[in-house]
Amino acid sequence: MRAERPRRLRTLVKKEFIQIRRDRRILPILIIMPVLQLVILGYAVSSDIKHLRTAVCDLDRTPQSRALIDRFATSGYFDIRHTVSDDRHIKPLVDAGKARVGLVIPPRFAAKLARQETATIQLLLDGTDSNTATVAQGYVTQIVNAEAARILVERLGPKATAPTAVEPTVRVWFNPDLKSVNFMVPGVVALILTIVTMTMTATAIVKEKERGTIEQLIVSPIRPVQLMLGKAIPFVIIGYADILLVVLVGLLWFRVPIAGSFTLLLFLSGLFIMTTLGLGLLISTVSQTQQQAMMLGFFANPPFMLLSGFIFPIASMPEPMQYLTYLIPLRYFLVIIRGIFLKGVGLDVLWPQALALTVFGVAVLVLSALRFQKRLG
Amino acid sequence: MRSLILPIMKKEFIEVWRDTRSLAFILAMPVMMLFLYGYGISSDVKRVPLVVYDRDGTPPARELIRRFTSTDYFVVAAEAANLRELRHTIDTGQAKVGLLIPEDFSRNLGAGRPAPIQFVVDGSDSNTAGIAIGNIAAISKGLELAPRDLRPDVLIPLQSELSPPIELRTWVWYNPELRSSNFLIPGLTAVILMMLAALLTSLTVAREWERGTMEALIASPLHPHQLMVGKILPYVVIGLVDVLFILLLAVFWFRVPLRGSVTLLMASSTIFLIGALGIGLFFSAATKNQQVAFQLSILATMLPALLLSGFFYPIENMPPILQAITTIVPARYFLVVIRGIFLKGVGVEVLWKELLFLGAFAVLMLFASSAKFKKRLE
Repeated sequence: MRAERPRRLRTLVKKEFIQIRRDRRILPILIIMPVLQLVILGYAVSSDIKHLRTAVCDLDRTPQSRALIDRFATSGYFDIRHTVSDDRHIKPLVDAGKARVGLVIPPRFAAKLARQETATIQLLLDGTDSNTATVAQGYVTQIVNAEAARILVERLGPKATAPTAVEPTVRVWFNPDLKSVNFMVPGVVALILTIVTMTMTATAIVKEKERGTIEQLIVSPIRPVQLMLGKAIPFVIIGYADILLVVLVGLLWFRVPIAGSFTLLLFLSGLFIMTTLGLGLLISTVSQTQQQAMMLGFFANPPFMLLSGFIFPIASMPEPMQYLTYLIPLRYFLVIIRGIFLKGVGLDVLWPQALALTVFGVAVLVLSALRFQKRLG
Repeated sequence: MRSLILPIMKKEFIEVWRDTRSLAFILAMPVMMLFLYGYGISSDVKRVPLVVYDRDGTPPARELIRRFTSTDYFVVAAEAANLRELRHTIDTGQAKVGLLIPEDFSRNLGAGRPAPIQFVVDGSDSNTAGIAIGNIAAISKGLELAPRDLRPDVLIPLQSELSPPIELRTWVWYNPELRSSNFLIPGLTAVILMMLAALLTSLTVAREWERGTMEALIASPLHPHQLMVGKILPYVVIGLVDVLFILLLAVFWFRVPLRGSVTLLMASSTIFLIGALGIGLFFSAATKNQQVAFQLSILATMLPALLLSGFFYPIENMPPILQAITTIVPARYFLVVIRGIFLKGVGVEVLWKELLFLGAFAVLMLFASSAKFKKRLE
């Protein structure tokens, strides 16, 4: 009898794999999805704002005003797409989204400078994208201040050449070029694991329910725990295959190195998979149809993505939201996976996160196994 | 003809209605997402945890720390007694930025020499790191211009005693206080609608195939076009309820100003909705398998709508290839429309190109799913 058990489990796992393989379209998705996510996230997400579409209206038309415009053009932040002769022409350009920034140099700009008066320039910003507008304002202020300082130094002569008071030097650890793909590769590994192990496991079980084939499995001598394992193991294997794939693409294409131990990464991924599998099983016990299971899985997705620090830093969130993040297992796994990938740290640093994941994993797994058994019995 | 579409619609409605759990998701999901994204995404990187290793320990050094933390950009999360502690705090992620003040900091300041300070930034979160570096530079610049508190003995006449040569006057249109919710919430409407709509329909045709009820529909005298319209219309109604939910929350909870025409907003939302529903329907008709259709729909909508639409990351910052891809992301066009109507208050005269694209996309998706379905029948 004892020897029977592993064999039964093996048969179940085999059956599940055959089903996945028969569904010829699901496998390509499992391969394409991670790579596509990696490419999009690696290239699209970047914090630096450059090439702002800019409209310029120079009403002064002097060498001084042209020099100032030139400073904007050569800064790399502003693409001067439109040059208009009337400042009223800027608004329609911004309305249509053809320009985000408008710069107006009023008449007598150079004349005021020559008489040592304060010359004004106007900055017109499209505030719809508050983020870009804030950054653009910062850039403009920088350029104008630099120009003002230059003029002041010219006026005052040697008197104004003050030594700089504080000289900051900035050194960047772990990711010196600040490549966002380095930040994203570990995140994508975590996200894919969530999708594959949680949603897929849940739907695979509910599918049997929907088709009525689960009764056959129940009357067979297979025990509920074996059934659970049989359903889960194939997706764990696929999950690990996806990890390898993402790591390989990250390594070979995006040149994201793994600073820490790969073995530790695989081991701690196991802890995380325990949690997501448990959640998947839990979903399967409360859903009757595949649609419900998928929707529940999907429902869990935004909190996972948003409250884990996957893209948006937790420290910048409002305080109540920060407390919520402690309930998201992905939060701990992201610290682990980014720590291993980029910082090269080991268990001596990551043990609190590993501990949290273990507690989560065991709790969710036990809870769902109990529910699962009750449902079947 | 209409008499044939109606029963299909009715059947689809009954199916949605009976499945109360799914219905609850459909209605609760947009609200949850709006709150999560509305509060969870912040465009500004604030309260970056800072670890300080102050080897000087004099009042000017403390003043320097205060300057950095009084801005809300940095908070002191830890104080390190040596370099190893500083390193450890950053390793564990307790702090993202380290500040090292050398022993001779105040001595240098007093002597009028440049006083170097050292920052260490955790680059693993490239986004936060980039912004933090910018803030460090900006705050340090401010110290140069107002050095009085830092070095009372060395006063340099710079800007204070002279009128500034150039003054910058800034006007911000549409969103004068630069509130980020005014930027995010209209965009979120587009993202949420896109994901939800594609999910709703991704299952409907595939479900009939899986259950074997498709044969019954095939045997009926329905034309594929009619079947597709009958399948999609109930979800348009449900989707519009969601739209209404989101818009009410946007205006009354998040206080986003709605400056343009409500009618135009509803009309363009409907057009966008039909296109998004069409994506799901197409995958459903093409794959015949709920799980595959579902995964494909997520793949085709979630990331593109979030990342390639200009919802958060400006399109003009992307590499050219990605920019080219964004031209076929429908959410990109709807974002222009919805932000235009909400914040700019513009109408069809400005937005007609985007609306035309969305309309064409919707029609194309419906025909494509109908064609896919017809081919499957033969």
